[in-house]
Amino acid sequence: MSDQAATDYTLAELCTVACAEVWRDNGELQASGFGFPPRIGACLAKYTFNPELQITDGEAFFVSETAPLGKRPPGYQVKYSGYAPYARTFDIVYTGKRHAMTGPVQIDRYGQSNLCAIGDPKKPKAALQGMRGFPGNTVNHINSMFVPVHGKRVFVEGEVDVVSGAGYNPARFTDGRKMDYVDLRFIVTNLCVMDFGGPNRQMRVVSLHPGVTFDHVQAETGFPLAGADCTKVTPPPTEAQLKLIRDVIDPSNLRATTFKDNPPGDPRKAQ
Amino acid sequence: MTTPRNKLTTIPKIVAEIRDGMTIGIGGWGGRRKPMAVIRELVRSDVKDLTVVAYGGADIGMLCASGKVKRLIYGFVSHDIVPMDAAFQTARKSGTIECSEVDEGMVLLGLKAAGQRLPFLPTRAGIGTDVEKLNPWIKTVRSPYADGELLLAMPAIHLDVAVIHVNEADTQGNTVILGPDPFFDDLFCRAAKKAFATCERIVDTSAFHDPMKARLNPVERSVITGVAEAPLGAHPTSCGPDYGFDGKHLAEFTKQCAAGEWENYRKTFVAPNTHDAYIAAVGGADKVRALPLPVM
Repeated sequence: MSDQAATDYTLAELCTVACAEVWRDNGELQASGFGFPPRIGACLAKYTFNPELQITDGEAFFVSETAPLGKRPPGYQVKYSGYAPYARTFDIVYTGKRHAMTGPVQIDRYGQSNLCAIGDPKKPKAALQGMRGFPGNTVNHINSMFVPVHGKRVFVEGEVDVVSGAGYNPARFTDGRKMDYVDLRFIVTNLCVMDFGGPNRQMRVVSLHPGVTFDHVQAETGFPLAGADCTKVTPPPTEAQLKLIRDVIDPSNLRATTFKDNPPGDPRKAQ
Repeated sequence: MTTPRNKLTTIPKIVAEIRDGMTIGIGGWGGRRKPMAVIRELVRSDVKDLTVVAYGGADIGMLCASGKVKRLIYGFVSHDIVPMDAAFQTARKSGTIECSEVDEGMVLLGLKAAGQRLPFLPTRAGIGTDVEKLNPWIKTVRSPYADGELLLAMPAIHLDVAVIHVNEADTQGNTVILGPDPFFDDLFCRAAKKAFATCERIVDTSAFHDPMKARLNPVERSVITGVAEAPLGAHPTSCGPDYGFDGKHLAEFTKQCAAGEWENYRKTFVAPNTHDAYIAAVGGADKVRALPLPVM
């Protein structure tokens, strides 16, 4: 298989590879990806540069090989390697041996995230699923996020409407509240990849997707970003990575539903 | 040899144990293994002002839609394949029910504390988030040791009644969950004054003599008050390996609720108060048994 950069790939595939990268240097822990690029990305990371990752079948078992997403080939046997029911998932969360990549509906400058409600939490305009595991996850283990529509509705100007996931906000960690295990790594969006490597953990652009400028990203973000001098372009998938994504991990092409009209990874190629 | 007492009961008798203002816990998780036959009977009853504790799905949805709920204690409400429940969303937005929205792991700890007869269990989950601000009923506690860490003291969630749905049970209250995940059904039962299990099949105790099967017993029968047979009783949620969830039905349920047509759903699917009538309304037993197991 070829390590040569592909030329024909979709934005969903570019983002999948960017999502995989978040788990590169994690060693042996549970990789949990929610949504297609994060989930396929976790599998890709395990298949390629980090075989030590533990992943589940999305139900209750660890698997040594990822079952193809969507429709499985006839006779496919899931390669179970261990047991991970929900009760154990919380135990794993508390050990810190997990890196989850989730898709909140709002994120603020501190990396605080919201999956609960839009508007006044007592009488919200929109009600979502609830806190889910965000509070426990974010104060116990590594977290990254995926945002399919990078804009000011997601990257809000002030704090998120409901803080479900904790962030680097010292005002919320007073009087012995422990921020030590808050460990936010990467945010992959449809425009760029960011981390918290700016001054005082400011959100920072670390790579721009093909054809995207820093100014564009900044204009779509409700707070100032670091990384204005970023020149790195998000690396395109290699031919080998594309083959794994397309033939092995997601043969049903569920990733095509990530973005409206499933655009190409490099918009300059769109005709 | 004498035998333990017979705990066989019926769904109407289980629901008769639930009174106005009680706190009830419901087993299962989202779209999986919910004791829906009991929920439908509860919707048909006059009971009101319930505090409902659950990893929520169609159970919370139907209880919200039918106006049974005064307060919810939950980490999420979702049908899995159908991510949002419209009846819950409507209730949440209206501000008419008290929503105690906490971390999923905090629900577990609250139930565990109740089962252990402790006032609370400490947790870091919720620290640094709005769980603190939005839930003044949850206090903080400081570690008495050198670290001095400030934690949340998740209070015990005491249940008046818990209801779970399992694959098999005997008349003594021994239960077995054959599906992939027992979730927190054990904690719900231990946290409750009375716990009831509905099951796909009542079996003879000898069915559990195989040690590999006996390992699938989620909770000791000393906390089980009664068992009732309810074949396909989790529908439209799943009860693996017997049947998967009914995605079309769940989507239809939440769609009707979103359109303000709960009454229409209720008349069609909740009003029929016999097992056979319900199963006929959803397309027959063969169709339900053939629902594929979820592939995530």
